[in-house]
Amino acid sequence: MANLKPLPKAREFDLARDSLRDLNLYLHKQAANEGVSQIQVKHPDGAHSIACGIDADLDVQIHGHVGYYVAGMNKHASVTVHGNAGPGAAENMMSGRVHVRGFASTAAGASAHGGLLIIDGDASLRCGISLKGADIVVGGSVGSFSAFMAQAGRIVICGDAEDALGDSLYEAVIYVRGKVRSLGADARFEPMTDADCAALKGLLVQSGLAHDPAEFRRVASAKSLYHWHADANQEY
Amino acid sequence: MTGPQLEESAGFDRSTIDYIQRAAASGLYEIRGLGAKRRVPNFDDLLFLAASLSRYPLEGYRERCVTKTVLGTRFATRPVELAIPITVAGMSFGALSARVKDALGRAATEVGTSTTTGDGGMTAEERASSKTLVYQCLPSRYGFDPDDVRRADAIEIVIGQGAKPGGGGMLLGQKVNPRVARMRTLPEGVDQRSASRHPDWTGPDDLVIKIKELREITDWEKPIYVKVGATRVFNDVKLAVHAGADVIVVDGMQGGTAATQTVFIEHVGIPTLAALRQAVDALDDLNMRGTVQLVISGGIRSGADVAKALAMGADAVAIGQGVLVALGCNSDSYITGGQHVSAVEDYARLGTAPGFCHHCHTGKCPVGVTTQDAALELRLDPAVGAKRLKNYLKTVNMELTTIARACGKQDVHHLEKEDLVALTVEAAAMAGVPLAGTSWIPGTAPSRL
Repeated sequence: MANLKPLPKAREFDLARDSLRDLNLYLHKQAANEGVSQIQVKHPDGAHSIACGIDADLDVQIHGHVGYYVAGMNKHASVTVHGNAGPGAAENMMSGRVHVRGFASTAAGASAHGGLLIIDGDASLRCGISLKGADIVVGGSVGSFSAFMAQAGRIVICGDAEDALGDSLYEAVIYVRGKVRSLGADARFEPMTDADCAALKGLLVQSGLAHDPAEFRRVASAKSLYHWHADANQEY
Repeated sequence: MTGPQLEESAGFDRSTIDYIQRAAASGLYEIRGLGAKRRVPNFDDLLFLAASLSRYPLEGYRERCVTKTVLGTRFATRPVELAIPITVAGMSFGALSARVKDALGRAATEVGTSTTTGDGGMTAEERASSKTLVYQCLPSRYGFDPDDVRRADAIEIVIGQGAKPGGGGMLLGQKVNPRVARMRTLPEGVDQRSASRHPDWTGPDDLVIKIKELREITDWEKPIYVKVGATRVFNDVKLAVHAGADVIVVDGMQGGTAATQTVFIEHVGIPTLAALRQAVDALDDLNMRGTVQLVISGGIRSGADVAKALAMGADAVAIGQGVLVALGCNSDSYITGGQHVSAVEDYARLGTAPGFCHHCHTGKCPVGVTTQDAALELRLDPAVGAKRLKNYLKTVNMELTTIARACGKQDVHHLEKEDLVALTVEAAAMAGVPLAGTSWIPGTAPSRL
């Protein structure tokens, strides 16, 4: 018995009763000090900014649908949404892991610098916009202008992509399994390398998905807009 | 015997011909730095009615005139307290070198005011040297880091910039050195296009939620500023107030930029004078004067400009280009080892001359201000720059208090519109003050003074 790890200390917030401010203040300043590492959130009822700005190794389980900016600017924490997420889920995440068990609205993972965002269902418009190094795995399909101006990081799309996928991409890479309605300016299909397959396999495994990497295509920047020139067809 | 009479076309003058022929040769529009060069109605078109028999002045050199300025009193639990109402406007590391950002912080701290980050994130140098640092949240989110959000003293959500409202920024590849590239998560040497829209919200209703997110992340401690480029200012200010801003920054069309299309700089947006009047009207309309603070920027140069801005209803001003000029921008020399060294030949190599330069976009600033070049940036010694900027800000502040005292004010924030008249009909209409010597404010019914 002496070798058993002690159970993590847990705390429950019920947003039908407790305020969002109390929850976030607890996550920011008290949880780590009290040695609490698991936080259950009941009745989120679409509230915005739940669990945003965490800077600690916490496990936050949210039971229900959330509004805008769940786990925004997350560092270190693991945040799971047992429901759907509104716009800007895990926006500007720096590290950690955010898992949306349902669908995600617009701009999921916008400008995220690090960490892993998993969306089991579909993601709406502009998924991964301005991505700066995080990884995003979408179990379903993504809306138009996903990965717009994505600078670094990887986006895995297990379903289809709508219009203008990867418009004005910089160094981010997209792996897409289904149909692509259209590519955006300067985005192009490229052959999958062994390194791509290995990286993709790792992301799929981390996300609990069993797809074969060979079913995916790689989309990356053609880099023709990297420098301002007269023949860029006014795409600047 | 006289030569043939040369008649230049008004519509196709030499400047226009040069523009067309350059466009035809290159297929590119011109990109340049700094602000609008055309003349627009501005603070020079206003005058003060100082005290005489109907008003009582303060003793100019002895009586106290308060300049303390507090920004962010609406919701933030830690408002920004400044010794003077003159702040340093947001300018990016990337546009400016780290040494310049350091100098800005040192000078601002010494005179008790704030400085502001820009596109590209917060440098360690500016955080260390700035007692009060406003952290911009821009559409590009280059280098945007929650640790810096927590380290900042206020957050400024940038919707637009006076030099290019509605447009994103551009940092040409020649200024993207390894450090700039690393901070912006982009390859070294590529042209960096900053987005014109925020990635995670799209309109005023979303902005309400975005501001609340930032408040949650900062535990409601830090003021949230919203900065708009001056276009539909009356509506934009009202929307920003409704969205929950503590402070609104309005940047008029004379505001500078590190690099933007000339057509944007000269033809988009409205003058600072008109923008300020509309912003104040919007706050009055909402009965929010004094609750939401107003910062005006865009071509502010002197204590007279600041005094006029405050009299019209601003709580503070932000200065960008004036600050750069104080550091040596457009000077014919730079200072190294205590000696002035001529930079005239370097200006000539850029095809320009001291007093005319707007080549910030090239990264080849002859005086080491707007550059990332390892050799050129050494031309600006942070200690020298800080001293010059401190002198400038002190001078501007002294001019401000001189005017305030002459108008009988014990506090610069007591300057009021009634203290102003306009020199031109245009300025009278834009500023909403009477034409000098009359009681006529264009657009309003005449009254007897």
